[in-house]
Amino acid sequence: MLSKTVTELASALDRKETSAVELTQAFLDRIQQLNPSINAYITVTAEQALAQAAKADAIRADGNAGPLTGIPIAHKDIFCTTDVLTTCGSKMLHNFISPYSATVVERLEAAGAVMLGKTNMDEFAMGSSNETSHYGAVRNPWDQERVPGGSSGGSAAAVAADLCAMATGTDTGGSIRQPASFCGITGLKPTYGRVSRFGMIAFASSLDQAGPLTKSAEDAALMMNAIAGTDQRDSTSLDLPAEDFTAMLGDSLQGLKVGLPKQHFSKDLNPAVSDLLQGAIKVLESLGATVKEVDLPNNHLSVPSYYVIAPAEASANLSRYDGVRYGYRCEDPVNLEDLYKRSRSEGFGDEVKRRILVGTYALSAGYYDAYYKKAQKIRRLIKQDFDAAFEDVDVILGPTSPHTAFKLGEKNSDPVTMYLEDIYTIAVNLAGLPGMSLPIGQINNLPIGMQLIGPSFGEARLLNVAHQYQLNTDWHQQRPEV
Amino acid sequence: MTWETVIGLEVHVQLATQSKLFSGSPTKFGAEPNTQANIYDLALPGTLPVMNKEVLRMAVSFGLAIDAEIGKRSVFDRKNYFYPDLPKGYQVSQLDFPTVGKGSLTIEMEDGTEKVIGVTRAHIEEDAGKSLHEDFQGMTGIDLNRAGTPLLEIVSEPDLRSAKEAVAYLKKLHSIILYLGISDGNMAQGSMRCDANVSVRKKGETEFGTRAEIKNINSFRFVEKAINHEVERQIDLIEDGGRVVQETRLYDSELNETRSMRSKEVANDYRYFPEPDLLPVVIDDDYIAAVQATMPELPNAKRARFVSEHGLSDYDAGVLTADRAMAEYFETVVTTCGDAKLAANWVSVDLLGLLNKADKGIAESPVSPEQLGTLIARIKDNTISGKIAKTVFEAMAEGEGDVDQIIENKGLKQVTDTGALESLVDEVITSNPDQVEQFRSGKEQVFGYLVGQAMKLSKGKANPGQVNKLLREKLNNG
Amino acid sequence: MALDKSDVEKIAHLARLEINQADTQEVTQRISNILAMIDQMQSIDTDSVDPMAHPFDATQRLREDEVTETNQRERLQRISPATEQGLFLVPKVIE
Repeated sequence: MLSKTVTELASALDRKETSAVELTQAFLDRIQQLNPSINAYITVTAEQALAQAAKADAIRADGNAGPLTGIPIAHKDIFCTTDVLTTCGSKMLHNFISPYSATVVERLEAAGAVMLGKTNMDEFAMGSSNETSHYGAVRNPWDQERVPGGSSGGSAAAVAADLCAMATGTDTGGSIRQPASFCGITGLKPTYGRVSRFGMIAFASSLDQAGPLTKSAEDAALMMNAIAGTDQRDSTSLDLPAEDFTAMLGDSLQGLKVGLPKQHFSKDLNPAVSDLLQGAIKVLESLGATVKEVDLPNNHLSVPSYYVIAPAEASANLSRYDGVRYGYRCEDPVNLEDLYKRSRSEGFGDEVKRRILVGTYALSAGYYDAYYKKAQKIRRLIKQDFDAAFEDVDVILGPTSPHTAFKLGEKNSDPVTMYLEDIYTIAVNLAGLPGMSLPIGQINNLPIGMQLIGPSFGEARLLNVAHQYQLNTDWHQQRPEV
Repeated sequence: MTWETVIGLEVHVQLATQSKLFSGSPTKFGAEPNTQANIYDLALPGTLPVMNKEVLRMAVSFGLAIDAEIGKRSVFDRKNYFYPDLPKGYQVSQLDFPTVGKGSLTIEMEDGTEKVIGVTRAHIEEDAGKSLHEDFQGMTGIDLNRAGTPLLEIVSEPDLRSAKEAVAYLKKLHSIILYLGISDGNMAQGSMRCDANVSVRKKGETEFGTRAEIKNINSFRFVEKAINHEVERQIDLIEDGGRVVQETRLYDSELNETRSMRSKEVANDYRYFPEPDLLPVVIDDDYIAAVQATMPELPNAKRARFVSEHGLSDYDAGVLTADRAMAEYFETVVTTCGDAKLAANWVSVDLLGLLNKADKGIAESPVSPEQLGTLIARIKDNTISGKIAKTVFEAMAEGEGDVDQIIENKGLKQVTDTGALESLVDEVITSNPDQVEQFRSGKEQVFGYLVGQAMKLSKGKANPGQVNKLLREKLNNG
Repeated sequence: MALDKSDVEKIAHLARLEINQADTQEVTQRISNILAMIDQMQSIDTDSVDPMAHPFDATQRLREDEVTETNQRERLQRISPATEQGLFLVPKVIE
């Protein structure tokens, strides 16, 4: 039962094979059993979950159930949740009981989803392995010696290990897609501005975007229906007409034009990954799609420009953590400077501090033009590359990550090595485009995903391609033995 | 050696909105600490700014009032520094693309000369909270009620050449913002705050000297004193062979001196960059035209109109238009009585005198403009004399009722009945035989005395014109 | 662009971070490596390109000037490390 998709669970609930309360209890039991080893959750909200589940059962009994009513969900601990600990994976917020909820959380609650708890993540979403969390590393359910990816590693591991039916994540440079690839699940980063950032703790404001981590593309579409849409509380959320993301799921792929970026399929691409991608392409071709090469000439500059823009924005976003109004405060500060410096140095982990320093440097007098402004110019070039490519194709297909999940500690020695993990995903955030990852096979019993990138607001098309692929393959149904 | 002073002012004006620049918190002055600070104002994680429409309108109206270039696309930036009254660790401000660009305003000095002062820019930004240094077990208390209140920072060119010019500029700005109704301009409560960049140079030099910035001067009087003090300090320093250092100084109004502030940031590196949580604010010509259409008549235009339409002297027009409320009061008086010159006299002499004595503003005047207008009308229709009018005015100020009521109750109605006046005049002639004799023998000066006697006898109620006429007739015919 | 220890100390102060003397060398090295990676940006000419701050050319939405918030002080200060009489307390600020 717990490995079922949202769609399957909803019909089981409709048929009264189970109740939301039973289902919630079953997930809670499994969390109790497995979380000590996987470490996917920072906080489990059992009592609240059961209360929400009871309410969901009542709504269903009244005949008012929607597609997510009574479905257990896990929220990345980056989303503020009223009266629930919200840590963002940091000691800095180890005691932050949020007085308010994020729009994403409110909307899912309004849709009847049952919150099981808050999932582990890289500290302030800065990381690609979930090893920077103050709450310890998350283990990949496929191989517990390996990382689940990051920064939404807890959410991805929870979905893969059936510790929830679906989960929220956020993606600033690949933080939904890369863990989805490593954990063998489906993840979607929507177009920038599609989902409200209100209540989502900021890492890099112009790149951050929330999205679903699920067991199928269809589930992702259902979650998108709940969370997408303009929000007056977020000035950067786009004013778009409401959209049904499931509407195109059943469309044929006949005539679909798929672009393969030559930069993604270079000789540097891991041959095993390349083979699996070729296999996936064949499936799509068999469904009527045609492929052609596209050129993203500035793709190699995406990691460098990202590591200016994201740290620069982060350096300012994280200035509010000063030990004054909430969060971690050092013991017995002797003066104001001591309060600031010790609270921040003791409250933040090494990777966060490193990025704050890089961002501060990039913005400081004399370097602004050479770094920040230059990075923003390259950002435009990267966007223009995609715009040109989408003149010719409907979606772009390529790898999500260079390889399968790596071992804990394997890439910790040099930050730059870790940063290059996101070489295929980062450009999508810079351009603000929707991107998703879905499993297309395994290498040595470890799952790996392919990435689909769409033009702005092209989520429904991406979900359609992914759904059609999943109707004809069963990689998304593979589960680790935990 | 003669020295020239160069001053540029940065004036922070709190815009009189209901809610804050980026949050729906109220902006009332004097509330209990931290009761007007919501999750955004406290910079809780995940909170985001949403801009207040009214702030934009107010900034644009100010720009139009000083004939400034209006930024069709203004961009907010983050100005980064750590201070406990700045909860986000950055202030949202405008650096390269302010809402109001280059403009100018004309100041008038006491001797009547005029001077045009350039305004470099006026940008929208957030106010900070307040640090309270009273002792809380040796700690400082932080109140964030003011954090996020909208400010317009108006930056002048270094065009001011004396403390007096600086004060005149500040008064002009004050008058404009009150006319526009975009701020209460209350300097004591910090709604209008002034930083002055002051430097000196030898007369004839074209390069500017090194400037010191004097922070947070909170009254017109202190602006003049603080600048004069600073100028003296700099001249003394240079004449003693020293050099002015570029620094921030704080004016101490009790000691009347400026002193160096412990530098806030070792090197002021604010690391400005575009605020990614906000998008560019874009306005078009229609928007600007709509703001223009709602603009009130501004002091200079009103002053010119008072001269042309009401026939006032430029001086009187200046006095009456310095304050928008005063100008409106005056015009209501004119409408009621139909005599602008009398109205100008009564408002600028009698009413202002009364208000100054009671230390009240025009808005708190105990005599309404309609009441004053009626009073003047009663002089004009000969119901009362100008002298009696002063008595009625005083009675109104004491709250004794309306003009006609007071005239009635106190029996102050002017005597115009010829019969009554004749007997009055007869009585004066009878009881002052010596003076009558002197007049008749050619001593014209005595006439005034006799008129005075008649007025006195009537307790001021006799119509002086009629008394004059009757008395002269009777004396000449007698 | 390689950094030296004093650069790192300067930016650490701007960011109000404290770096242990013992770690400065390593931090400097790691940040220098990151900057070296970033410097790949300098390989192309972008003189004619406009910087892009946001993915879209959208413009700011404005809200009505209305008070929508009520006093939440008690609730918001429940999670504060040090308050007294409604004020947040910090070590004495000397101006």
